Amino acid sequence: MESALVLVIGVMVAAGVYLMLAANLLCYLFGLILLSNAANLVIFVAGRLTRAVPPLIPKGQEAPVVPVANALPQAMILTAIVIGFGLLAFTLALVVACYRELDTIDSDHMRLAEPPPDSGEH
Amino acid sequence: MGWLLALPFLLPIATGLLAMAARRRPRQARAISLAGCIGLFVVVVIIFVRVLDQGTIAAQMGNWPAPFGISLVVDRLSAIMLLLAGLVGLAVAIFAQADVDLRREVLGFQGFYQLLLAGVCGSFVTGDLFNLYVWFEVMLIASFALLILGGERAQLDGGIKYVALNLVSTLFMLMAIGMVYGLTGTLNMAALHVAFAEVDQPAALHMLAVLLIVAFGIKAALFPLYFWLPASYHVPPVAVTAVFAGLLTKVGVYALIRTFTLIFPADFRFAHDLLLIAALLTMLSGVIGAASQFEFRKILAFHIISQIGFLVLGLALFSPLALAGSIFYMVHNIVAKTNLLLISGTARRMAGSFKLAEIGGLYRASPVLAAVFFIAAFSLAGFPPLSGFWAKLMLVSASLEQAAYWVAAVALITGALTLFSMSKIWSEAFWKPHPQDGVRALASLSATERVQRMLPAILLVAISLGLGLFPQPLIHFCEVAAKELLDPAAYVATVLPARDG
Repeated sequence: MESALVLVIGVMVAAGVYLMLAANLLCYLFGLILLSNAANLVIFVAGRLTRAVPPLIPKGQEAPVVPVANALPQAMILTAIVIGFGLLAFTLALVVACYRELDTIDSDHMRLAEPPPDSGEH
Repeated sequence: MGWLLALPFLLPIATGLLAMAARRRPRQARAISLAGCIGLFVVVVIIFVRVLDQGTIAAQMGNWPAPFGISLVVDRLSAIMLLLAGLVGLAVAIFAQADVDLRREVLGFQGFYQLLLAGVCGSFVTGDLFNLYVWFEVMLIASFALLILGGERAQLDGGIKYVALNLVSTLFMLMAIGMVYGLTGTLNMAALHVAFAEVDQPAALHMLAVLLIVAFGIKAALFPLYFWLPASYHVPPVAVTAVFAGLLTKVGVYALIRTFTLIFPADFRFAHDLLLIAALLTMLSGVIGAASQFEFRKILAFHIISQIGFLVLGLALFSPLALAGSIFYMVHNIVAKTNLLLISGTARRMAGSFKLAEIGGLYRASPVLAAVFFIAAFSLAGFPPLSGFWAKLMLVSASLEQAAYWVAAVALITGALTLFSMSKIWSEAFWKPHPQDGVRALASLSATERVQRMLPAILLVAISLGLGLFPQPLIHFCEVAAKELLDPAAYVATVLPARDG
């Protein structure tokens, strides 16, 4: 189960990086979404996976009798999802603002802050 | 005690909320923000004095005992970083009153500024890796907002690059945190110190080290991960650049120091070697980048990178003297660099541009500004008897101590090239006459604006000068702080409840 999910994470990271390397800012954003979900899955796997075993401790015992998944990483993922969602929304708004103001979402054409040497800095 | 350690981030958050609510009445928002910064400075001074007195102090939030809850821990390194954050926060807040335009204030500048300070201070006090991630995000979102606030075309252009690369950094950090938890079952830094000593999987350690170096390296602007910095630091108002330069990249360096002294075992040579190479290349590429620039603020931005190299160098050499040198350098650099950027803002106000070709005559227009720049700039270049000299002296002698002669050589070459850049600014902006005679004298600014612009600069330069003339107390403090970092037993004992055996 873990190894299958690890493969999924690998594919998501590869696809995410591929998209982020494109000059198009929207592609970059989609890549970022994939990568950020891959990161969440990494935390998920780190808490171990068990199929249909609730992390409950039977009466009279001090620890679960069968191996159970750790629930804490899942709480962390929730935090990370919320933060990630906020950042992605911000980035999307920024991309839209760039499109309106600079008339392009091709990062190769965005040279306003660092003009190429031949165009002169003035 | 718990409240005291939480105040460095609670106070700016509360101030920020109030300032945000009052943003349509900029005069009130400014007053709230300034009062908050004064309060923050008082709080960090109290914490600093207490740490000087008692050593490391810790508090467990919500009374959850470590390692189960979130611990706040302040040792000497955290205490001095907090003190610097309070100082820079106050100095830039005063300067911003004159420098930031009304439109940006109405858009919420003061609120975001306070939120940024909360993120920075939170990162310095937390003793928990996941909590550190949360503070990084607070800091990040505030810095995004400050960077593009106003929405000028150049700001959006620089902002998108800053946002793009910094988001990647947080994802690396998040993945590393997940794996650290999977490996050890805890994220409390003190507990991680104990747990990592027992981890018997070199492959996992190496991978985690690389992930964390990349994550914090992007934040700190280490070679080859710094390209977002020269793309973005010259686009926002200069007050924003000053607080970024003073605090943001330094939080990355702080996280590196914390991780590789506290969490990873001290004999983990792999990370130190990697950091050493990165540090040397950062020093050189930053200073060479600066030499190729002809704009006041862009030169200073490249020098931020070069000096990050020095800060990480001390960590990479990993000896008591080297780490003490790093901390001393941190103090010196934050004070001098913030000040230089404030001066560049005043210089533009007087001469009309950041471009060295278009300005001049500042020495004649304001000998005071020229004197302040002269001291700060030559301190940065490491001239005796200024603060930068002692910082470089400690790092160079630490590298000679380990017979790393080429490290010392790179440090000295970087110092010489820094001097070249600073002399360039001096001769172009201050010494030569203004090309169109368009420079206005400082006296022509209103009295309030003069105070708001010059008071923080004079305050910071006085500190630079004081550290240069009387370095001994700070050197001693840094040596004790370095000893604490290299032997975290006391830190761990303060945070974790006493264990059996």
